Amino acid sequence: MPVIKTRVLKSYGSLLGLIGICIVLGMLSDRFLTISNLTNVTRQVSINAILASGMTLVIITGGIDLSVGSLVAFTGCSALLAMGLPGSDFSGILTGLLAGAAAGCLSGILVSFGRVPPFIATLAMLIMARGTALAMTSGQPIVKSSGLYLVLGEGYLGPVPVPIFIMAIVLLACHFILSQTPLGSSIYAIGGNEEAARLSGIKISRIKVMVYVISGLCSAIAGIVLAARLSSAQPNTGVGFELDAIAAVVLGGTSLMGGKGGIWGTLIGAFIIGVLNNGFNLLNVSPYYQLIAKGAIIIFAVLVDQILKR
Amino acid sequence: MQPILQIKGILKDFPGVRALNQVDLDLYPSEVHGLVGENGAGKSTLLKILSGALQKDQGEIQINSTSVTIPSPKASQDLGITVIYQDFNLVPHLSIARNVFLGHESQIGSRFILNKKLMNQKSTELLATLGIQLDPRRLVSDLTVAEKQMVEIARALSLESKIVLMDEPSGPLSEHEVNFLFKIIQTLKEKGVAIVYVSHRLEEIFKIADRVSVLRDGSLITTQLTSDIDLEEVIRLMVGREIADYFPKQTHASGELILEIKGIDGDHKNGLRVHAGEIVGMAGLVGSGRTELAQSLFGVKRASKARIIFNNKNIRPQSPWEAIQLGIGMVPEDRKEQGIVAGLSVRENITLPIIYKLSRWLKIDRHQQNEVTQTQVSQRKIQTPSIHQAMQNLSGGNQQKVVLAKWLAKRCQLLIMDEPTRGIDVGAKAEMYKLMNALAADGKGILLISSDLPEVIAMSDRIYVMRDGRLVAELPGQTTSQETIIQYITQGEENARN
Repeated sequence: MPVIKTRVLKSYGSLLGLIGICIVLGMLSDRFLTISNLTNVTRQVSINAILASGMTLVIITGGIDLSVGSLVAFTGCSALLAMGLPGSDFSGILTGLLAGAAAGCLSGILVSFGRVPPFIATLAMLIMARGTALAMTSGQPIVKSSGLYLVLGEGYLGPVPVPIFIMAIVLLACHFILSQTPLGSSIYAIGGNEEAARLSGIKISRIKVMVYVISGLCSAIAGIVLAARLSSAQPNTGVGFELDAIAAVVLGGTSLMGGKGGIWGTLIGAFIIGVLNNGFNLLNVSPYYQLIAKGAIIIFAVLVDQILKR
Repeated sequence: MQPILQIKGILKDFPGVRALNQVDLDLYPSEVHGLVGENGAGKSTLLKILSGALQKDQGEIQINSTSVTIPSPKASQDLGITVIYQDFNLVPHLSIARNVFLGHESQIGSRFILNKKLMNQKSTELLATLGIQLDPRRLVSDLTVAEKQMVEIARALSLESKIVLMDEPSGPLSEHEVNFLFKIIQTLKEKGVAIVYVSHRLEEIFKIADRVSVLRDGSLITTQLTSDIDLEEVIRLMVGREIADYFPKQTHASGELILEIKGIDGDHKNGLRVHAGEIVGMAGLVGSGRTELAQSLFGVKRASKARIIFNNKNIRPQSPWEAIQLGIGMVPEDRKEQGIVAGLSVRENITLPIIYKLSRWLKIDRHQQNEVTQTQVSQRKIQTPSIHQAMQNLSGGNQQKVVLAKWLAKRCQLLIMDEPTRGIDVGAKAEMYKLMNALAADGKGILLISSDLPEVIAMSDRIYVMRDGRLVAELPGQTTSQETIIQYITQGEENARN
């Protein structure tokens, strides 16, 4: 019996945690469990969930991508600047996506061919991408309050806000990659044992580049959605987003050592963070204490995970 | 004489398995006690209980007739027990001396500030008592495997351990280094140290041990003087059944030439050749260039100046991927580090090299993947409850079969097997040999690199001997004696001919 209990806790621990938090918040605030609030939470979660999806792939290979927050700003600014040139909103979006993929590709090449530790390579990318965003906008926000692209932030598909819809597509795509494709198998194999994977004929370098490109693309998607929601691109936005994304991945049970984890866990992790943010605001908790509480909850969750592993 | 260590009625349960069942063992000062058994027999569990890494469920441990508890590795160390594991417990980027005194620096000065001069001097002395000359300021990461082992033994001496437990100490060593290890064990014996020697190489047990204990399925089957028992009897007790032919070698008509390597130093004649259906042995010391040659053949390291001709074509693989596409597979030397992805399933491991071939429109065809895996699992007799079982839950022998199955699913024509039976038990070894025979009969060429001379001689059709990167001899398999090979290994071609 205790064996079964531990297994349930191991598999569904983070989900149970999320449900527990929701129940407590529902009791503390009668506004929490309303459709409009929950939709609102999901929309707020979407940016982090998109970033965390790409991050999950990177972390399963045993790497990390610290640049995603800066890339949100860099890609958002790239997209809106390109929209200012002759062309359409569509070409702007494409430019943003390409900028994200190119930045991810550069990190990936540094990590795989240059053998630079992922922490260092993406830290450098974090700094450079922020600098580029500031340089190309001269530090000023780019406002664009009309155009088709705004749909990505404000639109609805039926009752579903478009950002939530985009988040679902990104999550499903990353889940598909991990669970159904040879690329996914290779990602797990590299994180589990890089040398054995190499000797099995897996092209390690190519796959590492690929995961950083995917993470860069996810950053670009998040950057464009965020710009659409704010009707402007801010070169200063996205500071610290990488930390929320990493926290979501870790809360979801993906090991920072690589080799194991999955997208569903990450989604739950992102929701835990989003629900907490929302609940604290509803309860009028001071932002300073919110940070302390968030940190404590992450420590608590990872500790529980460690204890269950024993 | 009083036993220094007495173990009485030790019992240890893991979920679903009784790992140790009422085990009694005693150990006397100046005794070398061989401990043998198949994988899963309970040897490692017993060592872990003595080292404080695991706790016993029942039973008593006495040291010098006093009952003791061993709640932690530190407690074990304080009781005078040192365990030398296969994968050493050394800090790679610290010097030899700092490793020798790690955790008990206060013995030679302050707890807070290292007395490096004294530390180096003491380490030199300790190594000298073992007959080794090593600069104690060298980093452990620069040492050979054999040298690391010596540092571990020096550490045991510095702790004044009276009981040294060695887990497969000869595993990574070459024949020559093993002989040196035996000399050191002799030195320890003379100092009154009691040694438990765990090994799969039974010949060694009979060479070095005074008594031997056989474990099977968690129970102690017997403890006897090595002079009162012979190797066949020990094998019989270990597996609980007769092994009619330990090396079931069959000879095959060899087919076409599939591999030729020309221009290796020292070779003036035919080069290294492997035919279809042939098992070709490679003997030599660790560091003699065998593994390097295999790695350049498999694209792991840039090829040396040697010319590789595979299926009548000159090749120069730049990566394992290229070698695999040509039809070459490799069972690497270190199963855990290079052979398997422990956290992934049997299925994922077997199909790793063909994962892109198994997919259509980006998606893996799970049905076909399962089929390929099932075929391999049943043909290679891999014992696993399911193809979804994680590799880490399989025994060493079965893991090695998975590594082999990986290349068979890929339909490789040439298999490089680097120490394929290292660290797997007697029963699994015999099965591995049968598999090799079956593959040769099926027309595959096998390049067998092994430091286990009886194995090389028994399994090979032809044997090449390497020394210092040179090919020094080509000998017939089966009829060549161990002594002849050792002569070539240790003295090279000119001297051996005289």
